[in-house]
Amino acid sequence: MVDVTFQPNGVAAARTARKRGGLRNALRRKSTSAFLMTLPLIVLIAVLVIYPAFYSLHLATLNKSMSRFVGFGNFEFLFKRETFWLVVKQSCIFAISAVLFKALIGFIVAHFVHNVPANKQRKWRGMLLVPWVIPPAMSTLAWLWLFDPSYSAFNYTLSFFGIGPIPWTGDAVWARFSVILVNVWYGAPFFMIMYLAALKSVPEQLYEAAAIDGANWWQRIWYVTLPMMRNIIAITTLFSLIVTFANFDIVRILTAGGPLDHTHIFATWAFRVGIEGSDIPLGASVSLFMVPILAVAAVFILRDINKRGNEA
Amino acid sequence: MLRRKLSRRQFVAATALSSAALISAPYVRGAYAAGKLSIGFWDHWVPGANDASKALVKEWAEKEKVDVEIDYVTSQGNKNLVTIAAEAQARSGHDIFAMPTWWCHSNSEQLEPVNDIMGPIVAENGEVNGTVKYLGQLDGKWLGVPACCGSQIKGPCSRIDLMKKHANIDVQEMYPAGSPPKADNWTLDTFLKAAEACQKGGFPFGIGLGETSDSVDTAGAIFQSFGAQLVDAKGNLTVKTDAVRQALDYYKRLIAFLPPDVSAWDDASNNKWLVSGRGALIMNPPSAWAVAKRDAPQVAEQCWTHGFPAGPKGRFAPYLPYFWSIWNFSKNKEAARSLLIHLSKPASIEKLVVASGGYDLPAYEKLTTLKVWQEEGPPKGTLFHYPNPYNHQTLSIAASPAPPKIAQQIYFQATLTKMCLRYYQGEKLETTLTWAEGECEGFMRS
Repeated sequence: MVDVTFQPNGVAAARTARKRGGLRNALRRKSTSAFLMTLPLIVLIAVLVIYPAFYSLHLATLNKSMSRFVGFGNFEFLFKRETFWLVVKQSCIFAISAVLFKALIGFIVAHFVHNVPANKQRKWRGMLLVPWVIPPAMSTLAWLWLFDPSYSAFNYTLSFFGIGPIPWTGDAVWARFSVILVNVWYGAPFFMIMYLAALKSVPEQLYEAAAIDGANWWQRIWYVTLPMMRNIIAITTLFSLIVTFANFDIVRILTAGGPLDHTHIFATWAFRVGIEGSDIPLGASVSLFMVPILAVAAVFILRDINKRGNEA
Repeated sequence: MLRRKLSRRQFVAATALSSAALISAPYVRGAYAAGKLSIGFWDHWVPGANDASKALVKEWAEKEKVDVEIDYVTSQGNKNLVTIAAEAQARSGHDIFAMPTWWCHSNSEQLEPVNDIMGPIVAENGEVNGTVKYLGQLDGKWLGVPACCGSQIKGPCSRIDLMKKHANIDVQEMYPAGSPPKADNWTLDTFLKAAEACQKGGFPFGIGLGETSDSVDTAGAIFQSFGAQLVDAKGNLTVKTDAVRQALDYYKRLIAFLPPDVSAWDDASNNKWLVSGRGALIMNPPSAWAVAKRDAPQVAEQCWTHGFPAGPKGRFAPYLPYFWSIWNFSKNKEAARSLLIHLSKPASIEKLVVASGGYDLPAYEKLTTLKVWQEEGPPKGTLFHYPNPYNHQTLSIAASPAPPKIAQQIYFQATLTKMCLRYYQGEKLETTLTWAEGECEGFMRS
């Protein structure tokens, strides 16, 4: 108090000091420093994700020459196109079947690896992750050679058993099978590693208790392993569904959407329409059509997670 | 402190002297007095071909004192198309860009008209073919200068020995090196018989039916030989016509003699078909032959590039030109114009064609008989008829004469090959036509 009476600018100095103190306190706060540390990433996401997302929304409302606002005109046009509905159907077949097989294979392989003795596990984990760490554009090129219409290595091998030649990329059904197979081959290791981590976190006592109760192998999986892994399975499935729906490289390299558009998915058809056909607003509309489908899937999957969280 | 006062007289004299000195002094140009220019050239697949364009640009830049930057943008994975779309959206990028086939029209609002330089270029090099006008002009405005780099004809490349043995056709006699073609009997009927004979002999023709450019181009030329158009020049639907029905019928008969997997072929498949020695004919520029020269010389020395078979409405060959266009956001349009004039000089064009081993085709009528096509081999003269030196066939592009913005959709959606494949796989002809009509209606949106 005395100090204050002797200083003519005391009030202002105290305010400045409080301000400095406030800034110092704010910087000391964990949330502030966390925000500052993530700021570069937030800026990066804003520039590379949020801005393009809004820009594509804007593009989707323009006419072909991008000179006029047409509202939902592009979507109305798409809904009348036979090829568009073919693409919707194929994207769903591609994404759902690929994710199912990736999850199933990932689950089985994770169990195998989990049962491998600890000193050999690292080697197996490394080897099984190889498909996932190779850039898909590169590995798909190798698959393209294996599926080559005229010089397929698979057909060459099968010919020794009197089978084939199989039109891997020339027939609609086989072409769909081929693109799904490559996607499963590429994505299954991701599921494997996530499930392996989940398996390792299941307490051993639960299995011991189940064994004492006389549970067999199947009952242990159904009543212990699966309930303990449910959240990881849900999150992994959602993540993979999003990535698989938006896939581009595998289909583009392997079949380019053919034969007769029977392997086109949203991203490849959007490229065909938008970039190759120079109709960028329609291409943007095609790719944006994924958003509501994925949003519905996300709501269902995440709602389930919340429910279980509350139960816990 | 000493202060010197400047009188009015002294000031006027000093100003006059310094002005006179400035005016009379010689103009000394800086190293890059004429500014900067950035170019996006197509990245040539022929090793060393980029060096020729680089040298020509350097020669011009040194003379004109322009600081030049060249990017060679590949068409692998359509990187050039993505770059064009990005630059058009950003309204920023290169000053000059190599536009493939349809891209002058699809970016017409953002390209600088170049009529002022096209007049003198055409006067010097000769008239351009109809496809170049169709793709490069809009309402009388030139949207780019025809570039020889990357421009090509996708005509037949036949195996001399296999065609002689199985189809009894001497392609060298039909298209002799150094003289006009004697190809009156080289019709679509003869072609079909030859396809059947070679298939029976175990060497089917390698013509793709996929959704990529090579497959579409061949279908386009055959459709045009029947006078078949899906959309006419005025933008009217002409799918359900007898000409289209005839073309589809012809294709159905032809597909029966092609390899069973052609529906899955891409632009590399036909090249591999020829180089592997499994086929008697493919439709391609000399790139397949050039690869064979390196990897399978015994195949290359039996290859002969020649003209397309004629149909009831004429002899058409697929021609895919590139254009060098100037973006209207370019900051150095004058320098860009000057460079394009330099690159379009006959001497420059000849250097570019030679560097590409005869692959690149100038669009101008006076430049289709360069020495390189007479001398390339083996066998010597194999490329003589590649540039269409006697105007023996009409150079065209699939889906023309539809308005280019509609034709581009027909071309890239591969509507022609899809129609052929649907009909061949057992769909009723009228169902196929109705499907194609629906597709084309969709392509007409503005």
